[in-house]
Formats: sequence, C-alpha cells, structure tokens
Amino acid sequence: MQLQLPSTPDDHRIAKLAAAAIGLTLAEAAIPSPLPGVKPGLANIVTLVVLARFGLGAAAWVSLLRVVAGSLLLGTFLSPTFMLSFSGALVSLAALALARHLPGRWFGPVTHSVCAALAHIAGQLGVVFFWLIPHAGVAYLLPVFATAALLFGTLNGVAAAFLLARLPAPQPACAAP
Amino acid sequence: MNALAYFRGGDWLTLVLGALFTAWLAATAWHGGAPGKVVIRAGGHIFTEARLDAPRRITVPGPLGMSIVEIQPGRARVAADPGPRQLCVKQGWLSHAGDTALCLPNQLSVELTGAKRRFDSLNY
Repeated sequence: MQLQLPSTPDDHRIAKLAAAAIGLTLAEAAIPSPLPGVKPGLANIVTLVVLARFGLGAAAWVSLLRVVAGSLLLGTFLSPTFMLSFSGALVSLAALALARHLPGRWFGPVTHSVCAALAHIAGQLGVVFFWLIPHAGVAYLLPVFATAALLFGTLNGVAAAFLLARLPAPQPACAAP
Repeated sequence: MNALAYFRGGDWLTLVLGALFTAWLAATAWHGGAPGKVVIRAGGHIFTEARLDAPRRITVPGPLGMSIVEIQPGRARVAADPGPRQLCVKQGWLSHAGDTALCLPNQLSVELTGAKRRFDSLNY
C-alpha cells in the first residue's frame, strides 16, 4: 500500500516560498554580526511579499516553516536561539496581522516591515528578559536593537515593495482567502 | 531604481514614529534606572547600605587595609583601595541601578540597587 499525502497547489506554493525564505536565512547566518540578534532579517522580505500577495495565513505558514526548518538546518532547533527567533516570528506575525488593516493607499510594505521588525525585537527581548537574562541591563540594548530594526525594517520593506512591483500578480484561482 | 518610489505617504509617518520611539527608548533606557541605594559588602557580609542623597565618604576595613567608598547624590565610587591592580577604583563612578564595583583583593563590593532586585542571569 502506498501512503498518499494529498497536497494542494497552495501547499506547493507555500513550500516554494518557505524554501526561498530558508535559503535567505541560511545565507544570512554566514554574515558576521557585531551583536547577537542584530541581523538584516532578509527572510522577512519573503514573508512581506507573501503577506501582500497571499494573505496572512500563507505569511504565517511561510514564516513559521522558515523558523523551524531554518533552525533544523542550522542545528539550533529548540535551543534558546530557536526560541528567540520563534518568539520574534510570532510577535512579528501579530504585528503584521494588525498592520495589514492600515489603509493600503497610505501604508505599504515599508510600514509592514518596520512594524514587524520592531515587534520582532520586542518579542525576542521579552523572551531574553523573562527567561534567559532577567536583568535590567537588557534594557541598555533596547535602543541598539530598535535602531537596527528601524534600519533593516526599512530596507527589507523597500526590497519587498520592489519585488511586489515586478513579480507577476497571482492567478485569482490560487489566491488564498 | 529609485528606492524612494516604494514609499507610500504613511510609510514616512511610520518611520518618523519609529525614530521617535527609538529616541524615547534611548532616553529612558540609557538615562533611566536611577539607583536608590548603594550596598557595600565586605568579606561577604553587608557592611552598610546608604542612600545616594548626600555626599559622604565611608571607610571600609578589609584584609589588606582600608577602602574608601565615596558617595555623591545619584552616584558612588570606590575612591581608594589597597588592592594591587586598582580595578575597582579605575572603574570610576557608578550611576545606574545594577552597576557594581568589585575589589576582590580587599573583599569589597559596591553595588547600586534600584527599585527591584533581580538576578544577573539564569541558566537552564
């Protein structure tokens, strides 16, 4: 008997996009960072494009698959590093869920990206403070992380907007609800 | 490619708000955490606790001799210590809650405490 695991075109698309995000995560892991946690977060470009094109559900799948599969490949699954990126991704998605309701005429991927990046560091530092290092000294790093989030959030947002302007629009039949 | 073309009107607002938020974080995180008290320990026991309100100098005895802790409003330092390397003296003024100066040879520690005392770090 052959085991059948039926998959839909949506599944295939999510898998492809998650693979792109995982590729960016791995490439980024090779970039040296002055401070653990200060990273460009290039994989979030994929999340932003998916959010704009296919909705929040697909963005959540791509983001969380990227975190889990990326950590498996980097060997950090279930380690504190994984918990940090997982909590950051969850809080980012929550921020995106709110930010996507801003009027699209005025607020684009750059806003989404900056909100997600700031939420990411908030989620991460929340875990750092309440779980790993419950010391007031963590607060000294907040402005550094917030500055990095603002900078990289803007750059990633511009990159996502650039891609969205060039990628072909999805077929209506495939668009997630 | 003109990157600015990818900004929408409200995105600028987001950036300005984000920058203001970051500036506020820097202002509170880097200048906040005002210390309330200084705790001076000698030989593992609390020698004295003092409020950081009025200037004073406290002489603390240790195995090598006398260390002098100087207190000024909002800050404290080890002004003199008989230790060979003078690390705690060179550390200078302590002015944030949680800042600590250790003079190990003379078994002295000077720690500023804030409203709440927490652990340095936890490991699992």
